[in-house]
Amino acid sequence: MKISEEIFEILKNKFPDYKFGLETETPVEPVLSADPLKINEIAHFLAENEDLFFDSLMNLSGVDDANGEKSTDADGAEIITGGTLSVYYHLHSMKFNHKLTVKVSTPRENPEVESVEGIWKTANWHEREAYDMVGIIFLNHPDLERILMPYDWEEGSHPLRKDYKNPEFYHGMRVPY
Amino acid sequence: MGLLDKEFIDSNIVIAKSEDLLNWARLSSLWQLSFGLACCAIEMMATSASHYDFDRFGVMPRPTPRQADIIIISGTVTLKMATRIKRLYEQMPDPKYIISMGSCSNCGGPYWEHGYHVLKGIDRVIPVDVYVPGCPPRPEALLEGLLKLQEKIRKETLRTKKA
Repeated sequence: MKISEEIFEILKNKFPDYKFGLETETPVEPVLSADPLKINEIAHFLAENEDLFFDSLMNLSGVDDANGEKSTDADGAEIITGGTLSVYYHLHSMKFNHKLTVKVSTPRENPEVESVEGIWKTANWHEREAYDMVGIIFLNHPDLERILMPYDWEEGSHPLRKDYKNPEFYHGMRVPY
Repeated sequence: MGLLDKEFIDSNIVIAKSEDLLNWARLSSLWQLSFGLACCAIEMMATSASHYDFDRFGVMPRPTPRQADIIIISGTVTLKMATRIKRLYEQMPDPKYIISMGSCSNCGGPYWEHGYHVLKGIDRVIPVDVYVPGCPPRPEALLEGLLKLQEKIRKETLRTKKA
């Protein structure tokens, strides 16, 4: 069984060129941050390493950090420019019964994250959901389609973005109350 | 007035208007499209089960719209589902009736403001005959809604057909 601080050290030694961070001031458990374009390599290592053996991806969620510049458009609706979108991975090892939270942050204007579908099959639908709701593009995902919203939902419209604006009509049905 | 309330005057013959006969037949065997959407559907199933026994009013589920007379919209109607409901409604033969069950299908319910995916009332897509309030309504409320619909059908005439 390993705690997050130990795993942080192991990762830093294994990948000396990659950037890692560890937030320990979080309320529940420390959050390890990593590079969004290297997360597939890191995840592969976390899953296969004999001392870590994270064989289970408990959850994967997309988050709009809303830490960019806030402005209002002509209609008074909020727009956010800059800042980041994040993906959180909650990992668990059945063998050692230890857990790890990994976070990758990616720029809002070009939110690209490597897919971990090849390592944990669970990630397939979770990544589709993160794409659907927050609009994070997962590179090398086998089938990055909307999963919850209708397939013909407006292109580039992701409802859980903090500056999301609902369309007025969908197939002739009025959407607002 | 119900058809069988008329007195048997001579032998076993009842004299009535054909409208009354049709209305009586229609309101006594409202076959329901078996179709449930959310937690209201649980109450609807409870209404169909032995304790409340929907079948005593002639309501029984049909799994095809082509043999259904009534559709109970029981639950949250998402925009994605609304297009399908409209299709199902169009596939039902006339006369067809709709009960909107619960706050969600009446007006969007708790999703009225931030529900980006919810249709704010099924009456934006198909015409509703009876609205049953509640979240979810108890089986008694749904039964009351059905009785209201039966009253409505009983008053139908050839000239004031509504469906």
